[in-house]
Amino acid sequence: MPVITYRQALNDTLGEELARDPNVLLMGEEIGVFQGSYRVTEGLLAEFGPKRVVDTPIAEEGFVGVAIGAAMLGLRPVVEIMTINFILVAIDQIVNHASKIHYMFGGQVSVPLVIRTPSGGTGQLAATHSQSFENWFAYCPGLKVVAPATPYDAKGLLRAAIRDDDPVIFIESLALYDTKGEVPEDDDYVVPIGIAEVKRQGTDVTVVSYSRMTAVALQVAQRMEQEGISVEVVDLRSLRPLDRPTIIESVKKTNRAVVIAEDWYSYGVTAEIAATIQEEAFDYLDAPVQRVAGLEVPLPYAKELSAASKPNANSLIYAIRQVLRGTKRLR
Amino acid sequence: MAEVAETAQPLLERATADELKHYYYQMLLLRRFEERAGEMYVKAKIGGYCHLNLGEEATIVGLMAALTPDDYIFTNYREHGYIIARGVPPGPVMAELFGKETGVSGGRGGSMHLFDRKTNFMGGYAIVGGQVPLAVGAAYALRYQGKPGVVIAQMGDGTTNIGAFYESLNLAKLWKCPVLFFIVNNGYGMGTSVEAGSSEPDLWKKGASFRVYGERVDGTDVLAVRDVVRRLRARAEAEGEPAIIDAVSFRFRGHSVIDSDRYRDPESVRRGRELYDPIRKFATLLLDHNIVDEAWLKGVAERVEREVQEAIDFANNSPDPKFEDLYKYMYATPVPNTPTAEDAIRAVKINHGEF
Repeated sequence: MPVITYRQALNDTLGEELARDPNVLLMGEEIGVFQGSYRVTEGLLAEFGPKRVVDTPIAEEGFVGVAIGAAMLGLRPVVEIMTINFILVAIDQIVNHASKIHYMFGGQVSVPLVIRTPSGGTGQLAATHSQSFENWFAYCPGLKVVAPATPYDAKGLLRAAIRDDDPVIFIESLALYDTKGEVPEDDDYVVPIGIAEVKRQGTDVTVVSYSRMTAVALQVAQRMEQEGISVEVVDLRSLRPLDRPTIIESVKKTNRAVVIAEDWYSYGVTAEIAATIQEEAFDYLDAPVQRVAGLEVPLPYAKELSAASKPNANSLIYAIRQVLRGTKRLR
Repeated sequence: MAEVAETAQPLLERATADELKHYYYQMLLLRRFEERAGEMYVKAKIGGYCHLNLGEEATIVGLMAALTPDDYIFTNYREHGYIIARGVPPGPVMAELFGKETGVSGGRGGSMHLFDRKTNFMGGYAIVGGQVPLAVGAAYALRYQGKPGVVIAQMGDGTTNIGAFYESLNLAKLWKCPVLFFIVNNGYGMGTSVEAGSSEPDLWKKGASFRVYGERVDGTDVLAVRDVVRRLRARAEAEGEPAIIDAVSFRFRGHSVIDSDRYRDPESVRRGRELYDPIRKFATLLLDHNIVDEAWLKGVAERVEREVQEAIDFANNSPDPKFEDLYKYMYATPVPNTPTAEDAIRAVKINHGEF
């Protein structure tokens, strides 16, 4: 099976979907002539022309609204928001309009829209360019929110999102764009929205994660294997709908859980997962659920302060050790 | 009210007698519908907020008279009259206000969120300015697909102060979208006058820095509204040229049914209702031209009274939406791990204390 980058998987999928359906079009800032701030749309303007690959002015509220209105008339826009930080100026259109139009009008119209955007922080991007807001959208009924961790899932979920008749927020990650993985050729697979995946089987502890933190969790699991600790990694893939049964099934097996996400600790994704586990698997837990998340500051620029504020492999290893304390694995 | 230009063209060259009579009937239907909706609100048959079109009938009927079945309409939350004048019977509209399953949005939307797929009435939206980019997007889709028609972005005067309006003007002009920005300028955004809220009170000028043409029209003159929409509609459809229409009208009552209107001088409101009543003006015009007589006017009043009563009866006799359908319209494409009808029934039982 060919090994390609996460970025390439996205780029290939966008091209294939543009070729497959004339109602699919891409919109966003710098996606055409500039070929994408993170080169996800590279080459697509040359191949499909300016009708299908639309450079927009810096007007997120305006062009996200335009995309929603166009979707209501049958187009299938795939919008790129340069980073999730800029989505805040379009949030009225997404939360008050896209998410509600199908329901509020009694199912008479749908909004087949995808909004792709990288979330999270790397490389000293400082306070306003390093945030994680996927939980804001996952909070909102009517939206679907997906966050693939691998090139395979990136392709399968993007296909599913573009072919879905509802608004889908598609979370990417700057740190994942250059990661590599196997992706089958000539295979029109989709990864279903709303289904998590056990990315690695284990018996001692369940780590629940998504997007870049799944990549971290898989590395940590491999390292801890050498210490004789068997870590199961549940990759959520979708934040809404949330695949609670897969999380619960895993925790019932391992009896211990650590949840890791890049967003801020309070009211973040980890809080929802931890609450789900205590509601549905309380009697199976041998230790309190551990949560690993971002420190609650506007992310500082200074290199060491910045890095120290985001969860990493060390913070996950620490949490795993905490949750395993007192067991024969870890005395 | 701001001044607008008069036209001198003879009446029967502008419309046939049947057309004129139909406009009168439609305006009176909207008037009576809204008066009765206000009563139903006070009787608690209607919940939430309820914004009436009283005084704006000529703006609405004039607009709709100029549109074709290919056109699409996006409005704000003061939209009962628009959906009726577009051709949806008053019954399902009143049923929506009552929150019934037979309502135009299945009882899920209410007064501020009316919708009708068949007539391309694309919804009432209740976040000021929210509908404007959506309308530009619909116009974008028409252009993309090479389809005929234009899109109306209806809004109030207060909407011209929000950012979404300006981004929409820019994108509409930049992308040649066949959209008309239709401002119902009743002088007040809730309790804030146009002069208090807009550094440029001539709202039709507000497209200037986007090279979007604008025009003011007397929103109490049904024919004047119809004619300006017709003219700018044709250009929008043929050339992808968006335009602003600033239709000046007089709001008969407060912002919504529960607004006691303390910020306007009662005497000026009383005088405004006399001077700027589009229906009274139009009746006088039709009588003066011997197009109708008093008996005809009385007949229309009786017909309208009956039709609105039938709408109320229809709404009263309609079923409520079922609890098991609470999640019915969550998604257009079903996905796993979403709540079911059984989940809805269980939650509702607990909510009702049945456990």
